[in-house]
Amino acid sequence: MEYRLSLPVDDEEILKIKAGDIIYLNGKVATLRDEGHKRAIEGTEQPINFSEVAVYHCGPIVKKEENEWHIIAAGPTTSMRMEMFEYDFIKKFNTKIIIGKGGMGKRTAEACKKFKAVYAAFTGGAAVLAAKLLHLKDVFWLDLGMPEGLWLFEAEQFGPLVVTIDAHGNNLTEDIKNRAQKIAKEKGLV
Amino acid sequence: MPPNIIHILIYIINYQKISGQMFLKFMTYLNMEEKLSNAIADLMLRAETDLPIDVENALKEAAKTEEGIAKLQLMNILKNIEISRNELRPMCQDTGTPTFFIEVGADFPYRKIIKDAIINGVKKATDKIPLRPNAVDILTGKNSGDNTGKHVPFIHWKIVEGNECIITAMPKGGGSENVSALKMMNPGDGIEGAKKFVLFSVIDAGGKPCPPTVVGVGIGGGADIAMELAKESLLRKVGERNEDEEIASMEEELLDEINSTGIGPMGLGGKTTALDVHIEIAHRHPASFPVAVAMQCWANRRKTIKIDEEGRIWNID
Repeated sequence: MEYRLSLPVDDEEILKIKAGDIIYLNGKVATLRDEGHKRAIEGTEQPINFSEVAVYHCGPIVKKEENEWHIIAAGPTTSMRMEMFEYDFIKKFNTKIIIGKGGMGKRTAEACKKFKAVYAAFTGGAAVLAAKLLHLKDVFWLDLGMPEGLWLFEAEQFGPLVVTIDAHGNNLTEDIKNRAQKIAKEKGLV
Repeated sequence: MPPNIIHILIYIINYQKISGQMFLKFMTYLNMEEKLSNAIADLMLRAETDLPIDVENALKEAAKTEEGIAKLQLMNILKNIEISRNELRPMCQDTGTPTFFIEVGADFPYRKIIKDAIINGVKKATDKIPLRPNAVDILTGKNSGDNTGKHVPFIHWKIVEGNECIITAMPKGGGSENVSALKMMNPGDGIEGAKKFVLFSVIDAGGKPCPPTVVGVGIGGGADIAMELAKESLLRKVGERNEDEEIASMEEELLDEINSTGIGPMGLGGKTTALDVHIEIAHRHPASFPVAVAMQCWANRRKTIKIDEEGRIWNID
């Protein structure tokens, strides 16, 4: 199934979505990587409303020309690095949509089920495609450096995003990995 | 009129009987650092925006065999690289750690300026392309801002015969780098054990390195040699087999086994988990059996230039 969502989304919309579905997003999307997650969880600073935006695992290339930031490329980064933070982040801020690439693990899937959220993947490395769908609005926490800063975008049909974790306990990439291990074991390859 | 630099040079050439040839060589040497650093910046631009044709063809072939989500991922990649090429924008926002493989001729006249030219070229590229600043201090966490730092750019040096210099840029992304693996196996585990480790590493990596990947394998040597061999093997073109027949057949066998796991593009399921496997071997210590795995993401970026003894520079990829 395919869904076109306007942020912020509510629990009802989240519950409709199943792993394997394709979604497109309109509205506020904010990048948050390793350092950003750490700062958001451990501190009290909340420069934007994390419960209303989609969080995007991304360290974009941005160029400053005449006091204006221009986005050059903005593909997703490996979400598994944020596995150690995501449960606590979703719990603290009630964020509904997490975007990245490569999938996430058991703890995040737990959080998505408990707090009603989904994780979806954009094609890794399709950075120029992504840049065309995201319009840069603001930036925070630039002291963390360009890749780690909090870049706020207005998304316009940002997608296709493949949902790999839904709010019903399904985790597509874990299933694929388990199946791969099973196939390899059966063939005596590992 | 007071004498200026031109007068002095003319005096030197005419009255000190220095030939025009030598003068030209001197001026070339003075300009060479600037010329080479500009060439390095240009090399980086081409590497970041123009995916090698062997990789693109392999991705196109793979897209023909896939369907559904797997096909969608590959079509997105193909669309992305076309825009990247046309608009001269880096294809991936992770423009990688600037990495260079250099074959310096022992008689190459400009060998002393190569390193500085690379460092300055990378700074220029960071500013102009632009590249994402990807060099972070290990203790302070501070980003250097210009892709240089302690041991960065990564430079692999080789001294070869002759008077030319070949420089290959292979910007290496963090995602693929993070799934590198090394195991000091027992000699008793042998080649079969090595193959099992490679397959295990690819499955463990899953979608993290942005499959379909090129899997580089180094077997033998010491720990560092095995890893170096695995990394270097990524310079080969997709479809290029090892010269040794037995190793070549092992490469093809491993590729089939990897693709049979069904991990697929981006780890979202499919037939194409790897585009190729490249194995390099070395003699080993009797008690050691190192196996190293280095992966390249689908954005298998590499471009090469050659500089001759006159300082002329060609693209030779």
